[in-house]
Amino acid sequence: MDKVLFLISAFLLVWGLRLQSDPASASKGNKYASVGMLIAIISAIIMPIENSYDNYSWIIIPIIFSASIGYIIAKKIEMTSMPQMVSIFNGLGGLSAVLLSFTEINKWLSYTELYPQFVIVVLLVSLFIGSVAFTGSLLAFAKLDGYKWSEKLTLPFQHIINLILLVSIIVLSFLFIDNSADTNYLYILIAISLLYGVFFVAPIGGADMPVVISLLNSFTGITAALTGVIFDNKVMLLGGILVGAAGTILTVLMCQAMNRSLLNVLVGGFSSSGSSSKSSEQGDIKEITDSDFAVQLFYSQKVIIVPGYGLAVAQAQKLCKEIQEVLESNDVEVKYAIHPVAGRMPGHMNVLLAEADVDYSKLIELDEANSDFKSTDVAVIIGANDVVNPDAIDDTASPLYGMPILKVWESNSTVVLKRSMSAGYAGVQNPLFFRENNKMYFGDAKDSLQRLSTELKNL
Amino acid sequence: MSEIFNFLIQNEVLIYLLLFTVLLGFEVISKVPSVLHTPLMSGANAISGIVILGAIILIRSTDPENYFTLILASIALFIGSINVFGGFFVTNRMLEMFNKKKKNG
Repeated sequence: MDKVLFLISAFLLVWGLRLQSDPASASKGNKYASVGMLIAIISAIIMPIENSYDNYSWIIIPIIFSASIGYIIAKKIEMTSMPQMVSIFNGLGGLSAVLLSFTEINKWLSYTELYPQFVIVVLLVSLFIGSVAFTGSLLAFAKLDGYKWSEKLTLPFQHIINLILLVSIIVLSFLFIDNSADTNYLYILIAISLLYGVFFVAPIGGADMPVVISLLNSFTGITAALTGVIFDNKVMLLGGILVGAAGTILTVLMCQAMNRSLLNVLVGGFSSSGSSSKSSEQGDIKEITDSDFAVQLFYSQKVIIVPGYGLAVAQAQKLCKEIQEVLESNDVEVKYAIHPVAGRMPGHMNVLLAEADVDYSKLIELDEANSDFKSTDVAVIIGANDVVNPDAIDDTASPLYGMPILKVWESNSTVVLKRSMSAGYAGVQNPLFFRENNKMYFGDAKDSLQRLSTELKNL
Repeated sequence: MSEIFNFLIQNEVLIYLLLFTVLLGFEVISKVPSVLHTPLMSGANAISGIVILGAIILIRSTDPENYFTLILASIALFIGSINVFGGFFVTNRMLEMFNKKKKNG
């Protein structure tokens, strides 16, 4: 019975994930996967185990509590904080795997003198990867949530330190396997693994966090699979490997969207060369007034909005939709150009605009947008910076060089909504701001759009 | 050498499973549009919470007197389940928005 249930659950997990890669069926896919997971949990609870004590109260109570907590968090969380949410959840998954491996190791040690070494090795690997996923995700969360730590923290000889940590983890593992009675090795091993997670993420810039989270997510998947080997549970193995593989591919896809290699991201490639960039040759910037801006938009034929993280932090997506409606009532064609890595996570903007009920057909992707700009009157850039930086095309010294970007400057004019002249997430100045046909509209995205919206309604 | 060979033979089915699941994982995801990256990451993350099955099995096969294991495994179960339930609920919320939008359009 339980075997059949596990089989059904495995099928649902795979099929659910498959459906989730197509926008039309994604929601159904997630439901399939969650039903699959529920079936797997139930089967784990009812399956016959030799010498089982059941201890159901130890199982049911934590699940009820965490299910309600998970539900409440999921309901309350703002759509803008989604990337942070995923990284916290992933960190919890990693911690869970660490605790489980730790407990299981202790159990094996106390039961028999002659435990299979294979089991301990697998558990140690799972312990290590889980620890890295845990602290790594927490740091990723901190970097996404506040700007404080978002810079790359690079210690001198960072790579050597990392290497030393890795080597000591391997040495400690061998020591522990040889003298298994000595759990001190185990504690040091865990401590170093946790530290390694921090060092792994620390040198990576905040803009690359989505890539890192996706990678750490696949790590958690691998630990789940390893633990599945120990518990001889095929669904755990399958689910874990599935996530491991899917997470890896997703990581690679995200890197491709930024035209960078994974290695480049992990070594913290966004910075070092940046300082030499030619950002010194700045011209004058021109500001646009509320009424000029409103008039310009109102009498355009075609307007393309380029949203970025600034829109997300200011929670201005609904105002954006409002402005879109006012403009459309005057027969202005409004579209949204979505850069694949706009915001803090691929697809972040789509989720936000979806929340504001912006029609799916209004969103255009990179290639389509780039051919559309030529026939556009005004491109409005809301809180985006690096994804519209012309340096990416013509300045080989720029750290952004080679990244596919939105060529907004090909439209008749551009207006940039921005809080200040500060640099973008990659830490470089944007020459677009000084171009002849560009105007700046300073302020928090929400306030700015509010002012604009009022102005537009007065026209 | 022969030990490795024996190991491979003994776990033949397991290794096939591993191989095909990796390929399956790659194949299932490889054509996903960037629109879906965030929900997909969140959904995959929820699935990785399957590690709680291990906690459940561990708790069930632990002596009720062994509080050390029971408490640690329960905490693991608790934390892991937040990942699972929170992950699925939040993914569902994100994807519902795409649906809503479809109907309007």
